[in-house]
Amino acid sequence: MSCDAAGVVAALRSAAEVVEAHRDELVTLDREIGDGDHGENLKRGFTAVLSKLDNAGDTPGAVLKVVASTLISTVGGAAGPLYGTAFLRAAAKLGTEPELTASSVVDALAAALEGVVARGKAEVGDKTMVDALTPAVAAARDAAGSSVAEVLRAAADAAGKGAEDTVPLVARKGRASYLGERSAGHMDPGARSTALLLRAFADAAS
Amino acid sequence: MKKIINDPSTVVTESLRGLAAAHGDILKVRTEPAVVYRADAPASGKVAIVSGGGSGHEPMHGGFVGLGMLDAACPGAVFTSPTPDQVQAAIEHVNGGAGVLLVVKNYTGDVLNFETAAEFAAAEGLDVRTVVIDDDVAVKDSLYTAGRRGVGGTALLEKIVGGAAEGGYSLDECEALARRVIGSVRSMGVALTACTVPHIGEPSFVLEDDEIEIGIGIHGEPGRRRVPHQPAEQLVQTLLEPILDDLPFSSGDRVLLFTNSMGGTPLVELYLAHGIAERLLADRGITVERRLVGPYVTSLEMQGMSLTVLKVDDEMLRWWDAPVRTAALRWGA
Repeated sequence: MSCDAAGVVAALRSAAEVVEAHRDELVTLDREIGDGDHGENLKRGFTAVLSKLDNAGDTPGAVLKVVASTLISTVGGAAGPLYGTAFLRAAAKLGTEPELTASSVVDALAAALEGVVARGKAEVGDKTMVDALTPAVAAARDAAGSSVAEVLRAAADAAGKGAEDTVPLVARKGRASYLGERSAGHMDPGARSTALLLRAFADAAS
Repeated sequence: MKKIINDPSTVVTESLRGLAAAHGDILKVRTEPAVVYRADAPASGKVAIVSGGGSGHEPMHGGFVGLGMLDAACPGAVFTSPTPDQVQAAIEHVNGGAGVLLVVKNYTGDVLNFETAAEFAAAEGLDVRTVVIDDDVAVKDSLYTAGRRGVGGTALLEKIVGGAAEGGYSLDECEALARRVIGSVRSMGVALTACTVPHIGEPSFVLEDDEIEIGIGIHGEPGRRRVPHQPAEQLVQTLLEPILDDLPFSSGDRVLLFTNSMGGTPLVELYLAHGIAERLLADRGITVERRLVGPYVTSLEMQGMSLTVLKVDDEMLRWWDAPVRTAALRWGA
């Protein structure tokens, strides 16, 4: 893929397809330990994103800013402000640079994580999207000397593993925390969707 | 799934249209983004009370919009918190110049979305305060959970603080009263059946015929423990005891008792349960000063109930008794 605004738009289109394809899976995961709306909410959000991509902007940062405001105003739940904040911080970090580089993608991912932590106040081990995003940022940083595609692939691999690792955890944030010990044995839907999105971006970039 | 709907994706919008048609003298509805607001908004010089949350809890919150209660309600998708742009639109629409109090139920999504909207409003120089209600004793409040949920107590809070705002309380006074109500109210619920979110199409959890779920929230999420079904006498005790032990309530206290249906439990059963709760409170020397019985904070078609006990004082009673004219509650006006 190209690393300019058009490339980012293409990656977002495939992310929207992935969200649509995994809508039922996310609903099922969320029904186990939450209230079952994550897949539907994210699908609604990314459908809205699709409708805005045509005139989203001339730089990767501008495109991601549109994604952020669209998700904030359409997703609802905790995922809306959290994903919205993640994309907003990433957009701010990218600023007006015309093309992504390996190191700017690393910085954007790190900024996204900081934003999610600041808004949601979750820590690693709380069984949230932070458990996917934190190892993703670390792996991306290790791959910073390579290409955009390699950085995203490393992040997606680590996020997938991080999401898997949420299965035995007892939730300490979000609606799943009300279940206490009963939340163990299920993958966190937010961690799963984070891993899915990063995988979609990595696939689009390779 | 059998529901009186056309399309799962338009349930909330179509329902709001019906609400507006039914109660046009009290409230108005705007869409994109969706807000239910008082027909006479903005009420100049009065503190505006704004709440909201996922749909599926009707009459909360849209049915609480009107004189003496809410100035606006922001309905999210079913069981999904509203988005910040809805809350911002509500604030702009009803701000009468005396400030805005946001009443938020303690769920991660609700808190995050209202917080985001409050930040935007503050950046525009508006005086916006937020109170978060967390009355559900079924959830342990600790560093290791998202904290207690906001459930039945929300209806009482919105009535009392809404009455006070109508009566001329300042924003500071409304906020202080709201915090006092939040500190004095406790709730606990039980589900006999799960409920089905329209766009999901399947029940949110499965209960066998002889099972009930103690400590459910209002979003179809499972509770803390599953036990065999029990007679009403025992069930009401199961709900009431953790409430009374928590605050704690003690002999000589004056309370408002709210017996709430989760949507599918009929009034014949609800009154039966309410009668037991009144007797159990009297046995403990607790005086029930006011009551509310009915489906006010619901979870779609879920069968089940919740009990809410608010320790009242004269100030709270005054604003509880004050005139109210909404779709769901109407007295004195």
